[in-house]
Parts: sequence; C-alpha cells; structure tokens
Amino acid sequence: MNPVVRRLVFLSGAIGVALLLAWGMTGLPPFGVYRGPYGDVINRSAIRERHTTEAVGAVVMDYRGFDTLGEEFILLTSVVGVALLLRTARDEEERETPSDEHPGTVPITDAVAAIGLALIGPTVLTGLSIVAHGHITPGGGFQGGAVLAAGAILSFLAGRYVLFRRVAPTHLLDPAEGSGAAGFVLVGALGLVSGSAFLANVLPLGEAGTLLSSGTLPLLNMTVGLEVAAGFVLIVSEFLEETMAVRRKGER
Amino acid sequence: MSYLPYGVAAWLFLVGLYGMVTSRNLIHLVVCLSVVQSSTYVFLLALGFETGATAPVFYDVPPGTPAVDPVVQALVLTDVVVGVTVTALLLALAIQEHKRFGTLDPHELRAMRG
Repeated sequence: MNPVVRRLVFLSGAIGVALLLAWGMTGLPPFGVYRGPYGDVINRSAIRERHTTEAVGAVVMDYRGFDTLGEEFILLTSVVGVALLLRTARDEEERETPSDEHPGTVPITDAVAAIGLALIGPTVLTGLSIVAHGHITPGGGFQGGAVLAAGAILSFLAGRYVLFRRVAPTHLLDPAEGSGAAGFVLVGALGLVSGSAFLANVLPLGEAGTLLSSGTLPLLNMTVGLEVAAGFVLIVSEFLEETMAVRRKGER
Repeated sequence: MSYLPYGVAAWLFLVGLYGMVTSRNLIHLVVCLSVVQSSTYVFLLALGFETGATAPVFYDVPPGTPAVDPVVQALVLTDVVVGVTVTALLLALAIQEHKRFGTLDPHELRAMRG
C-alpha cells in the first residue's frame, strides 16, 4: 500500500476512534473527582486487615495476588522468549575470549567509567531497601528488582563487559529467575497447606509499619524482586551477548 | 481543564498508533508501541486521582486520610512490567529480522520467506 493511501486509511479510522474516545471520556467523572468505591474500601481496610501501610503493595501482592502470579509468568515467558530468539544461530559462534573492546563502539571515558562503577554499590543497596520495605513504604518487588538490575547493568555502562558477565553469570541468573517465580507459587501454597485458599495471607501479621509485618507480603516481595532483577539482567545480557560476544563464522 | 488528562491519554494513544502505521523502522515502531502503552498509564492514574488526596501509603499519615485509588496504581504497575517485557521481546524479534533480511524497514518485508 503506498504511504499516502496508508495515511488516509489510518486517518479516517483514527478520527472515528478519537470521536468515540471523546464521547466516552466526557461521560467519565471529571479529573480529580473520584467515585469508584474500591480504592476507598482498600485504603480503609488494608491497614486493619493486613497490617500493611502500603495499599498499592497490598493490592498487588495480596488482594490481587493471583493476577500478579500471572504477571510473573508473563515476565518469565518473555525472558525465555528473548533467550530463545537471541540464541546463537547455526552460522554464528561465540567469541572465545569476550573483551571490553568491540569494533565500532566509542571508547568510554574514565569519568563515565568511574561514576558508573561508584554508583553500583549505592544502586544495589537502594534496590534491596526498596524490596525489603515494599510493604511499609512505596516500593516492592517489581520496583526494587528493576533498580537491582540497573545496578548490575551499570557495570556494563562503565565499559566493563567482562565484569558484567562475571557479576551476572547466566548459570546463576537462570536458577534465580526460576526460583523467583517458583517462590511466589510456594508462598501461595502456604495458604493451601494451612487449610485456607491459595495465596491467602496466613502468616502472623505483626505490627503495621514494622519490617516484620503484613504476613506473606514481604516474602512475596522478595520472590518478585529476585525474579524481576534476574529477568531484567538476563534480557540485557542476551542483547549484549548479541553485540559483544557473537560473531558470524569466519569473522574476526 | 478538568478533562485534560483524559485528552492527553487519547492523544498519546492516537499519536502512537499514527507512528506505528507510518513507521519505516522496526525499532521506531516498538517505541511507538510504548507510547501507545503509556496512554493507558495516564488514563488509569487519572481515573484514580482525587483532588487533595495523598498517596495510598499510610506510614507517616494516619489511616483514614483521603488517598487516591491504589487499585489503578497496582494495575499501572502490572502494565509497566508487561510493557517492558513486551518491548524486550519485540526488540529481539527486530534483531532477528535484521539478521535474516538485512533491513529494519517493515515496508521491505512484503515477501516473507519461510
């Protein structure tokens, strides 16, 4: 289809969609006026029922825990998908000795490398703190996991591809990714074992606002944190391997 | 003014779609898809917002303080994570596509070989 026709066909459809959206959205309560009951119900009951001060975390890991299980497996599936798509093809091979230098890349200055390496420690600590306090203050497994992954990726940004592969070896990441997902299911099964429903919050709830509170929430945050961190680092290292370590047979 | 965030969501959705339809580069197409996805973040968060309400975290404010809807925030969290993983998967597909056909232009892909 030639580009002009393509654009015209899209625009005619888009105008229709825009009108429908405008019609639908003007029927909503105006911005800033909240009518739905669910948010208020959860805001009122989360601290009483689950002894957690973080209502979003309570929704993600507890009230909607089963959906989060599905989401965890979307993450797992797409990590597997990326690994499968970027596996070394028949006409390629891995370089025997991966190096920090790659033909065609701009060398990294000392300033970038120094700042990158210096930031790794604080970033990993921040990530761990966000995971550990996910049931008290904003944060949780997904958010903290992403920060943890960023810590590992900083080592690559600092121009240390070899270091990145050493702090994030695939033979450790694969089991970490898998046990993160399995851990979520196991914590969920605790509910079944104690005679309640799957993912029921059966552990002692503790005192709201302290580290040991909210029952299963901190455990679930940790399993999710492990899975997200391992999953993101796996995805990034697959992409990096593609550019840094794989070559066509016969290439230098 | 009070419908502006909904308008922003609709605009992001349509402008992202326009980018996807007219895209001449698969990486650009994936970024446009991310723009479409971000319209759902804006829309969901706007739905749950209440003027004068605080964040739904009761660590340093007493329980019972008016707070915005935590349910839509949890949905956005799910949305973001799924968005990131879908982006990664599509970029991996784009790499494979470039390897097989030597181009990133979707218009040159008419004759797909098996």
